[in-house]
Amino acid sequence: MLKRKDLLGLYDCSAEEIDEILTEADAMYESLDKGGKCGNVLRGKTLITLFYENSTRTRTSFELAGKYLGAHEVNISSAASSVQKGETLIDTGMTLNALKCDFIAIRHPMAGAPKLLAEHVGASVINGGDGMNEHPTQALLDMLEMRRRFGKIKGLKVAILGDIKHSRVAKSNLFGLKKLGAEVWMYSPATLMPQGIDRLGAKIAKSREEAVEGADVVMGLRIQLERQTGGLFPSLSEYSKFYGVNDAVMKYAKPGAVIMHPGPVNRGVELTPALIDGKSSVIVDQVTCGLSVRMAVLKLLSRYREERL
Amino acid sequence: MKLIIKGGTVVTAEKSFKADVLIEDGKIASVGKIADSGCPVIDAKGLHVLPGLIDMHVHLREPGFEGKEDIESGSRAAVAGGFTQVCCMPNTNPVCDNAVVVSYIKNRAKQVNLCKVNPIGAITKGEEGQTLADIGKMKQAGAVALSDDGKSVMNSQIMRLGMEYASGFGLKCLCHCEDAALVDGGVVNEGYNSTLTGLKGSLRAAEDIMVARDIALAESLNLPVHICHVSTYSAVEIIRSAKARGVRVTAETCPHYFTLTDDVITSFDTNTKVNPPLREEKDRKAVTEGLKDGTIDCIVTDHAPHSQKDKQVEYNLAAFGISGIEISFALSYTQLVERGEISLNALVKLMSANPACILGLEGGAIAEGLPADITIVDLSAEYTVDADKWYSKGKNTPFNGKRVKGKVKYTLVGGEIKYQG
Repeated sequence: MLKRKDLLGLYDCSAEEIDEILTEADAMYESLDKGGKCGNVLRGKTLITLFYENSTRTRTSFELAGKYLGAHEVNISSAASSVQKGETLIDTGMTLNALKCDFIAIRHPMAGAPKLLAEHVGASVINGGDGMNEHPTQALLDMLEMRRRFGKIKGLKVAILGDIKHSRVAKSNLFGLKKLGAEVWMYSPATLMPQGIDRLGAKIAKSREEAVEGADVVMGLRIQLERQTGGLFPSLSEYSKFYGVNDAVMKYAKPGAVIMHPGPVNRGVELTPALIDGKSSVIVDQVTCGLSVRMAVLKLLSRYREERL
Repeated sequence: MKLIIKGGTVVTAEKSFKADVLIEDGKIASVGKIADSGCPVIDAKGLHVLPGLIDMHVHLREPGFEGKEDIESGSRAAVAGGFTQVCCMPNTNPVCDNAVVVSYIKNRAKQVNLCKVNPIGAITKGEEGQTLADIGKMKQAGAVALSDDGKSVMNSQIMRLGMEYASGFGLKCLCHCEDAALVDGGVVNEGYNSTLTGLKGSLRAAEDIMVARDIALAESLNLPVHICHVSTYSAVEIIRSAKARGVRVTAETCPHYFTLTDDVITSFDTNTKVNPPLREEKDRKAVTEGLKDGTIDCIVTDHAPHSQKDKQVEYNLAAFGISGIEISFALSYTQLVERGEISLNALVKLMSANPACILGLEGGAIAEGLPADITIVDLSAEYTVDADKWYSKGKNTPFNGKRVKGKVKYTLVGGEIKYQG
């Protein structure tokens, strides 16, 4: 039973909590597929999305998740808010709290910001990505996708390729997948591999082929252009030649392996266009899983809020 | 004016012995068995009488950042911590890079009249690392050393010139060691915990490279150099080997580097944010070893008080620094002496005799003729750290709630009781 005010990361979640979210999300997915009857469990509740970084899919996904469950929904983007006038995160949080909102989905460029907010508001805070720390709902949607494809997470081999160092997606996936019994392999240019990730449970591959060998899931991570201009790798073409995923690399994967990507994809960099649009790609379906997961998280956090009242 | 400290155990860097101390006209008149003569007496039975503690690396924030600390609150905190002398870093506003600011600090300290405050002048104008500050004039006004603390003088040629020119005035450079390009916005140690938290890390090498560079300059020029707040195991080793071949290098560290590891950053508590960052267990151990074998010469606090608004923000945005002058002795005693790492005499050496020696300050011993700068402590008193009760404006400490041993009972400066606990 998910018994927590906030969802800040998967590092602190138990396997049982993750499993409960995925089970609920799976039911949401099925309902959405059958025409969107998900109940009005959040009627009268308010969700605020507070985004300090640009986002299309995560933000829209949170907004619609709230709306589909009957909640009021308000957006605050940092450009339009008093953040521009120098208001601190804690002051912003206290203002939102005074507006009696129930949920805040926050995205912030700095690690730990959602935790700081959560400590100062009564609302349930959902981390929509904080710097290089965590992005729990992304990892949950990835796990939902895997669970729906393979029926289980335990025993899967998941290969994550790309900018591991700056990726909150890779880390949240690592924490969640390890808890549910999957094996997580990682591969990246050495400049994009963080220290100590192996101590957190990842297996670091020596080559693309080793990472992908026998994998059920191959996940590409988005390469931010500023990593290249910052000198972390020489050029996009060199990146795709040595670190991108293509048909030749996918030959090492298990037959029936799926290709995932948190999006937005740089076509021809992390993955070849043929793979993105090919049969093994589940990238588009991940978006629906994301909606389902966020609905499930809102519903379960709401249940805990009701219980506490 | 006479005063007798009676019945205590005198502890110097060399030895401990039962003795009374007679103070006359602000100076230590005699040490030994002293008969009552009707003058005031401090009963030091069961207490330890130490040469006044000296903290050669603090930030008093005045002028310019009085919201964080000022010379009065900082001095009050210093004497409460048992310190009779402090040396304050020049990263104020305006920067202490000229004789006027040096004089201002000296005058304010004189008005406040608590501990001795020795200003440290900037090596370069504005601490910008470009052109040398008026070093001679600052020396004349009372600066005791030079530092661009908060950053390294990145240009090695400027650093060389600074060390050379300063030597002409008998001043040492105190080097904050940090390769700016390599730090690249890092806020914690780069390693397992930076990856776990997603907080940007800074490599040990960022510190080590500049430690090695400043030692190389000192060695090539045959000049003395002092390395500030050593935090890495590798920097300890660089200093150790330099000392072994006769390089004139001295070094300091802070209580947090031999007490804490970066495991505490996983709470995202911004009071754990300090520069250089808290490192790992092998660093903590090596720093302790360095204190034991004399590689590291002294303990300083790098007392870095900040106001609440500087710390109650996202970890990345929070100011670097730990406020610590009121618990430095207790932390050091608890962590090092109580645990049997070093003797009480060695602690006196690290916190009083050596800093005096490194900067050529009067003090560091209890001997006839010296100024009566004396710290009296109760080593059996145990208490819980509570920053809310501090005199310092800076409540930013990761040690709140920690049980420590060793309480300052009296702090005497020039024979006057400036603090009684």
